[in-house]
Amino acid sequence: MGIDLPLIWALIIGFGLMMYVIMDGFDLGVGILFPFIPARDERDLMVNTVAPVWDGNETWLVLGGAALLAAFPLAYSVVLSALYLPIVVMLLGLILRGVAFEFRINADRGPRHTWDTVFACGSYIATFCQGLILGAFIQGFTVSKNAFAGGALDWLTPFSVFTGIALLFAYALLGATWLIIKTEGDLLERMRALAQPIAITLFVAIVIVSIWTPLAHPEIAARWFSFPNIILFSPVPVLVVLSTLALLWAVNRDSHALPFILALALVFLGYSGLVISLWPNIIPPSISIWDAASPPQSMGFALVGALFIIPFILVYTAWAYSVFRGKVRAGEGYH
Amino acid sequence: MDTSAASTTALELARLQFAFTVSFHIIFPALTIGLASYLVTLEGLWLWTKQPRFRELYYFWAKIFAINFAMGVVSGIVMAYQFGTNWSFFSTFAGGVTGPLLAYEVLTAFFLEAGFLGVMLFGWQRVGPGLHFFSTIMVATGTLISTVWILASNSWMQTPAGFTVMDGRVVPIDWLKVIFNPSFPYRLLHMTAAAYLATGLFVGAAGAWHMLKGRTTPAIRTMFSMAMWLILVLTPIQIFIGDQHGLNTLEYQPAKLAAIEGHWESTPGESVPLILFGWPDMTAEKTHYAVEVPFLGSLILTHKLYGEIPGLKQFAPGDRPNSTIVFWTFRIMVGLGLLMLALGLWGLWLRWKADLYASKPFLRFAMWMGPAGLLAILAGWITTEVGRQPWVVYNVMRTADGVSNHSVLALSISLILFVVVYCVVFGVGLGYMLKVVAKGPDEGGGPPMDEDNLFHRPARPMSAASGNIDVPAATGN
Repeated sequence: MGIDLPLIWALIIGFGLMMYVIMDGFDLGVGILFPFIPARDERDLMVNTVAPVWDGNETWLVLGGAALLAAFPLAYSVVLSALYLPIVVMLLGLILRGVAFEFRINADRGPRHTWDTVFACGSYIATFCQGLILGAFIQGFTVSKNAFAGGALDWLTPFSVFTGIALLFAYALLGATWLIIKTEGDLLERMRALAQPIAITLFVAIVIVSIWTPLAHPEIAARWFSFPNIILFSPVPVLVVLSTLALLWAVNRDSHALPFILALALVFLGYSGLVISLWPNIIPPSISIWDAASPPQSMGFALVGALFIIPFILVYTAWAYSVFRGKVRAGEGYH
Repeated sequence: MDTSAASTTALELARLQFAFTVSFHIIFPALTIGLASYLVTLEGLWLWTKQPRFRELYYFWAKIFAINFAMGVVSGIVMAYQFGTNWSFFSTFAGGVTGPLLAYEVLTAFFLEAGFLGVMLFGWQRVGPGLHFFSTIMVATGTLISTVWILASNSWMQTPAGFTVMDGRVVPIDWLKVIFNPSFPYRLLHMTAAAYLATGLFVGAAGAWHMLKGRTTPAIRTMFSMAMWLILVLTPIQIFIGDQHGLNTLEYQPAKLAAIEGHWESTPGESVPLILFGWPDMTAEKTHYAVEVPFLGSLILTHKLYGEIPGLKQFAPGDRPNSTIVFWTFRIMVGLGLLMLALGLWGLWLRWKADLYASKPFLRFAMWMGPAGLLAILAGWITTEVGRQPWVVYNVMRTADGVSNHSVLALSISLILFVVVYCVVFGVGLGYMLKVVAKGPDEGGGPPMDEDNLFHRPARPMSAASGNIDVPAATGN
């Protein structure tokens, strides 16, 4: 059989997960920035910039879950049951912010303030839990007889708490640079002022994770620091440094789109670093995409639908973003 | 607590959590399915007759559809992950079948949401009437295709087919047999008709409420009349589908059927009475206080006077579903169905006497029947899911073997979180939806969801008046 179905599915799921992180990342970031922008009309504006796209962004998460179950049921089962509490809390955070988003728009003044608080809290909870999950994923899972065999709180470590906080900064940076594209005037200036310290903090967090991870996991250290990998992978850290410097520079220039693009580059580089560290394992530290794959009949059947529908989704998403491109002004819609 | 008692409690908590989250969820898709098809009907009638009442109704129900759809999406995210968090052994074992079916459901929903929902809700001024109508049809088709995938997956768990078990997991052999498994056609028709009926009852109750308040615009009369026609025609069809589904259950899941009937003894050659009411007792292995009608059990379930129905005692105690629960949830469902039948016939009688919109008792009855369809759906699902026990995949995998190893503490914490958040969030959501229903259709109003309105949703004129109230606190950063 010529087609490596697990590889194709790993690429699809990896791509979907990255789409989710990038797209829900900036709209979660908007919620994370809420406490810094208390004025109601500015909050309305911030929410307006993501209103037409946020629920589409979140659908990638549902697609990711279903695709993981279809293609890698073992990974779906082991990882989700190992991360039971953070996943439940993350989902509830997403629910809270999703409905708060809709309700604040229709609420009167008093309740709107409450829904704003719920929206911000939900964004923080969901992001922090996603960061915890990321950290726990890097740490790996205890597996025995095709099932999670660790403890209920294995995910809770200093490392995962650190990645949880780091992800808050990553999404906040995506949110702030997104708002640099979408807003103008006073709000734009404040986003520029916020983006700088957030970017510096994120850079420091990336450096710490990049040192901490290989120190804690010799196999990951071997992956990065053996020859010729050390040369092959060296563009990743170099580009992280360059992107951060360019971002700090671009934020103070008249460029509106460049900071967001560079923030995306940073997130993408972090994602690449993760893939380099863990590949080809889908249940770190030792179960690969081929070990966890569902039967070929299942992967093939689901692939037909995915290949038919995902391109359509991408075209539509691009179209939706282009329809709503440009600055969002108070008193105007998305024209 | 010893370990086996703890694991029994953990199993029950996991089941309770799933039942709770899925019961909340199902309300929204059920109305989504029904409302989408209703919107197709309304838009078709409007394009055909050009009568403004159909357009008013379309705009009105499209608003409710949008809120309902959004709540369906957020409550659905939880479902996509719960099979892994709480039922990891089931997912490892059966993911090869349930995974692709679920993936197709999500892809279909994604496709519909991405492509045509936007045009349907926002596109009145961007596309012509023909393309808009086409989008509404595609959205409705999408909801029905989603129904197909979900019910294929559920029905496969009830009457699994087209697979083999290899290396401790399910391997699909024939996808057509997997999807068109023995109970699938019945369950699909039964659920689709139930979604339509539930929506019809909801729409009818909204109309009745407005008329009781003295609002009898042509649009309100029309939606009430349409709902009453639907209930009149569809309830008998639904009862027929339910009867056929019962025959299918007798063939493939006889233990479930015996539990539904509170029927304990197998009596070959004798007729089986129908127990109308009673209290099935799982430990005493009998149904107390049974009120029986002779011959009727055999007649309904086998369509023969002396047809045999296997009793629960024929199955090992460990293989019996809880008869006390399913006996009653089934009767609640059937009772609500009979009330729907009565509503439809009474409506026909009043229509004949030209009194449909004026009879206060009838309008009150129609109003109180508003949630009946959704309650019947919940009762029916509890019947079929509890009736499947103790199996998660019928006769293939036990529920106790499919559940994740979580502690009672972890399950209790998450269950409490779910209950609190769901009650607040979806309570507010349902309240908001009912508020929109209570406003009623706008006479001669424009499209409520069109870009000039919707993309301004944080209603600017209003917030301009109250915009700066928070500013004193805002200057700190």
